[in-house]
Amino acid sequence: MDVEAAKAIGAGLAAIALIGAGIGIGQVFAAFVTSIARNPAAEAQMRPVALLGFALAEATGLFGLVMGFIIFYVF
Amino acid sequence: MATKLNPLEQFSIERWIPIHVGGIDVSFTNSAALMALAAILVTALVALGTSRAALVPGRWQSVAEIFYEFIANMVDENVGHEGRQYFPFVFTLFMFILLGNFLGLIPYSFTFTSHVVVTFALAAVVFIGVTFIGIVRHGFHFLRLFVPTGVPLVLLVLLVPIELLSYCIRPFTLSIRLFANMLAGHAILFIFGSFVVGLGIFGIVPLALETAFVLLEVLVAALQAYVFAILTCIYLRDAIHMH
Repeated sequence: MDVEAAKAIGAGLAAIALIGAGIGIGQVFAAFVTSIARNPAAEAQMRPVALLGFALAEATGLFGLVMGFIIFYVF
Repeated sequence: MATKLNPLEQFSIERWIPIHVGGIDVSFTNSAALMALAAILVTALVALGTSRAALVPGRWQSVAEIFYEFIANMVDENVGHEGRQYFPFVFTLFMFILLGNFLGLIPYSFTFTSHVVVTFALAAVVFIGVTFIGIVRHGFHFLRLFVPTGVPLVLLVLLVPIELLSYCIRPFTLSIRLFANMLAGHAILFIFGSFVVGLGIFGIVPLALETAFVLLEVLVAALQAYVFAILTCIYLRDAIHMH
């Protein structure tokens, strides 16, 4: 197989990381919404925790992007 | 469009004042200029904000106090009272990254936090510093951090390497998280911006998306500085209180 084509396929496969990031972000905010519904008074305390969880989950998807860049520009 | 646009071109480093010392390139680049600007702005904000400190704060003093109290609360809640002496470090780190992210959002400027060498240097300082604090405070007992309590001996064979690995990987995750967020955000802004130009009158659709993305990037810029600072606090708590 052509190396350029293999690189493009590899970079595309690296985008699979977004599945995990999507599930993670969805779960973080699902739990956030549920907990607000249960106890609306505690929203202010839960917001920073939810945002921290969102940022950590989002970062795992971006590791996939970094893999894509490495595949394209390092090899 | 005839020319192929490269979304990574905006991250290229330019030598503004070339300086070479003994074969080592120490040129004053756009990255260095933005870092200096960020440092000057933070210093100016805090210095001007507190120069005529009053019981009823003025505008600048209010802004400086908001940042101060935000980070002071973060350190108190996550590290406890003993973390007080590390507050200046966390505050400096947070303000520097925050200013770097926000300065990068100005069109035609440069985001120094989008370079892994910058974020890794920051993360390495945090990692080495935290490990040093832990060893100084606890000596040989610091190694207990890698041994979870209340676990059967058979499982420890498996768990200790995992704990050790997850500790050693911290500077990498810390730096890649910040750099990848900045890189991806700015690349997306560039790609959607080129759609606006390419589609002519129909470019109004990507223009609306672009506006939403800019708002998201403002959120991400603040959030990533917050995440970097709070993870530094969590690592400090591990080193000081050992879980």
